[in-house]
Amino acid sequence: MPLLHRITRKGHAAIAFQLDGEPCEGRAGDTLLTAILNHGEVLRRSEFSGSPRAGFCQMGACQDCWVTLESGERLRACTTALAPGMRIVTRQGQAA
Amino acid sequence: MNGRPQPLVVGAGPAGIRAAQALVAAGLRPLVVDEAPACGGQIYRQRLVPDERSARALYGSEAEKAQALHRDFAALDGRIDYWPQALLWNLRDGIADIAVGRANRRVAYDGLVLATGAADRVLPIPGWTLPGVFTLGGAQIALKAQGCAIGSRVVFMGSGPLLYLVAWQYLKAGVDVAAVLDTAPFQAKLNLLRGLHLAPMVVLRGLRFTAELRLRGVALHYGVEDVRIEGQERVAAVAWRQGGREKRVACDGIGYGLALRSETQLADLAGCAFCFDKRDRAWLPQRDAAGRTSVAGVYLAGDGAGIAGADAAERAGERAALALIEDRGLPHRRERAAALERELSRIGRFRELLETAFPFPAHWVAGLSDETMLCRCEEISVGEVRRAIGQFDIGEINRLKAVSRIGMGRCQGRICSSAAAELLSVETKRDLDTVGRLRAQAPVKPIPLVLVPADLPREAAE
Amino acid sequence: MSRRLDVDVAIIGGGLVGSSAALALRGMGMSVALLDRGYCGAQASGVNYGGVRRQARPREQLPLSQRAHAVWPRLTGLIGIDGEFMRSGHLKLARSAADMASLEAYALSVADQGLGLELIGHNDLRERYPWIGGDIVGGSLCAGDGHANPRLVSAGFASAARRAGAHVLENTAVTAAIRNGAGFALEAGDGLVVNAGMVINSAGAWAGAFAEAFGEPVPLTRIYPTMVVTEPLAPIMTVNTGMEGGGIYARQVERGNCVVGGERGLPLVDPDYSRPRGEGALSIINRAAELFPGLRHAHAIRFWTGTEASMPDHNPVIGASGTTPGLFHAFGFSGAGFQIAPGVGEVLAELVRDGTTTTPIEAFSITRFDQRREPLSSNHRTADGSRADPDPEPHHRGVLS
Repeated sequence: MPLLHRITRKGHAAIAFQLDGEPCEGRAGDTLLTAILNHGEVLRRSEFSGSPRAGFCQMGACQDCWVTLESGERLRACTTALAPGMRIVTRQGQAA
Repeated sequence: MNGRPQPLVVGAGPAGIRAAQALVAAGLRPLVVDEAPACGGQIYRQRLVPDERSARALYGSEAEKAQALHRDFAALDGRIDYWPQALLWNLRDGIADIAVGRANRRVAYDGLVLATGAADRVLPIPGWTLPGVFTLGGAQIALKAQGCAIGSRVVFMGSGPLLYLVAWQYLKAGVDVAAVLDTAPFQAKLNLLRGLHLAPMVVLRGLRFTAELRLRGVALHYGVEDVRIEGQERVAAVAWRQGGREKRVACDGIGYGLALRSETQLADLAGCAFCFDKRDRAWLPQRDAAGRTSVAGVYLAGDGAGIAGADAAERAGERAALALIEDRGLPHRRERAAALERELSRIGRFRELLETAFPFPAHWVAGLSDETMLCRCEEISVGEVRRAIGQFDIGEINRLKAVSRIGMGRCQGRICSSAAAELLSVETKRDLDTVGRLRAQAPVKPIPLVLVPADLPREAAE
Repeated sequence: MSRRLDVDVAIIGGGLVGSSAALALRGMGMSVALLDRGYCGAQASGVNYGGVRRQARPREQLPLSQRAHAVWPRLTGLIGIDGEFMRSGHLKLARSAADMASLEAYALSVADQGLGLELIGHNDLRERYPWIGGDIVGGSLCAGDGHANPRLVSAGFASAARRAGAHVLENTAVTAAIRNGAGFALEAGDGLVVNAGMVINSAGAWAGAFAEAFGEPVPLTRIYPTMVVTEPLAPIMTVNTGMEGGGIYARQVERGNCVVGGERGLPLVDPDYSRPRGEGALSIINRAAELFPGLRHAHAIRFWTGTEASMPDHNPVIGASGTTPGLFHAFGFSGAGFQIAPGVGEVLAELVRDGTTTTPIEAFSITRFDQRREPLSSNHRTADGSRADPDPEPHHRGVLS
């Protein structure tokens, strides 16, 4: 069950991305955080305890929403706009 | 200006926008650096793309102020340099390092207006790292900027004016608000009535929020204690004590905050002297009524210099710019400056009242369980911090950082440092203002290791 | 408020050297006052890179370094924490044939010192350390070296000294030091007088003023090594690395953060405080991403710089004063003090107790500097403390760096 619930922009243009290998769709205007959490309930796992994290402040202050792309690139989900074709991995705690 | 470097304005919220506008009016061409993709700051944040909501639906009673700021900033186009999505990560001796994507731009500046804003202040509580728990500000951004609710049945809790505002905004958006948990007793709210003459609109609006929440059947709980968030992989419920009774409500989203905390890292790197502010329970950069700091040419405006809200930020931004203009030897507007200072003083008095209506629950700190996670980044528990304080005989916050890692994680203490200072104060029976201030370190936010020095696209001089 | 404290030994400077000397002296039953102008271990001892390395030290330092080497694995017993000491090995890299030749020459020259250096060629290096990129031609491994957490080790020694009964006096700057008939009188803080039979000057970057006050000026300069730390990453670096000829050094801690150094910061207006330069930090992170491909997606989360004392010959000053009986110096570690400090503490304690030490330290005598010594007076006083403390406490800065 997704963490976030979309209220507006339901009819906006779809943006395809991959979440842990699954094809997903976000909407134009989504941040990475919004796109991921409309499909799932976790952005990353803590490096230390493995506990699930899904962001906190949504304004680029807490740094709790850094996600990893398949390429190894790291992005702060709440301040990064979703781009077509992004392949996001949430199942590992760390970058390769 | 004979090649004098341009003034630098950091932040494009209400304070930064008004500062830039005043600088332009005086014939200067400031560089405005902002982390967001569009101007407005947190309070008047703009959507990444337009959606079906009107400005009125988005910003409510503040829609006109929001639109005016956005419009006025747009009108500066061509007369300022504006770098959105840019992180100013280091300041030293009139030089700023600014990361724009993977490029690093070094900029010389002459005159610096710091309008860095604020973020939610929090104390750790059990379960607060669970998915579904966001700050009140985060919950508001999800709704306003992204058009998403943080859950289907949401609890809002904490203290501060944002508590009822966000709860009301969610209600209006059709989200099931399960409860509002206020850390202060109901009696505290009566203090607001004393502020009727200072800010009647604000007080009446606040009363309207609570009235509408009640009318729609939202339970408002006052004086909550010992709050615990329950859940395994995500939020499932929140439990608390109230008047000696145990209470609990199921929910799948929580917005939480205890008013705001100023973003002061850049003022620290700029070398500004700090003093302890009892009202905000924080060390804040010193400034005079105009926004001048202890460092010549460095000015402060907005919530980054002490929490006063968006209306104050607009005025403080303009006032700080007028000071910069005056100090630069340009004709300045003495009467306008005095009028701004009078308004700021009035807002300041109301702010004192707000604090009594939404007090910080400092007494929570002593009761924090050892297992509660204090630092989200490095996962350092309250118990680990307590042990470090005892083992190394620590009485100062930077020493606590050195031996416990508090404040060393990705967020550089933004989230945990207030709580760590409160805890150190309680554990060592020292006053909060004697345990010291966590020194800021560059980079103020994470920067990529591959950050390539880039030449400026144009000469950064007037 | 005036207060008097009588002790056998007063130690000026609560860094790793002073704290470990205090602990060792308490172990010998002597009474000790450990004075620091700020917080113990908050300067160079606590904010250095954290390399626990014998390799690449000049030959004359190796006996002392070996003595310290024996202390590191015993930290838990000694100070109650292991200080995150990891015997990871230290790998010095060579970028060119000339650098490799220099590593080989060093290995030969210290072959009798028991470091167990292993020279590693290009192919072997690629196989054993695939995470190292760049144009590296080979390296030299000292398997017994490693790294530790300076923040914890320095605070740990000071706490252990306190628990062992030393008078640890923080935020207590020594403003005047007098040699009198019986020993020394130190004026410190507000109205504190410490009477001591002997004095150890382990004041790091602030030590030069005390040496000069006793008639033996030293060519001490300050350096400000800059460090960068990354966010926590999956294990990448299996060994503490350095570069022949300098430029970069890096290690990864158990929690995953990589610590990288290689540049120098600059002092602030108040020269007791320093801060990394933006371009220096930038240069380090770019070099790190180039040398270690595993870091190319990582982010840097913190930079810092510490204030360290450096001598022109890069050797410390350790041993008895050349002018003043009962005074001992230990400072000027020139950016390489962390590993040997616990050994220096033991040596100082021996010097205080016996007047001599079993570890050769002649090379570090303060008398090696060309100085015109003033005749020793029996009551050598600093001029109102102004010479002993040229950088007075900043006005209520609240905290010290």
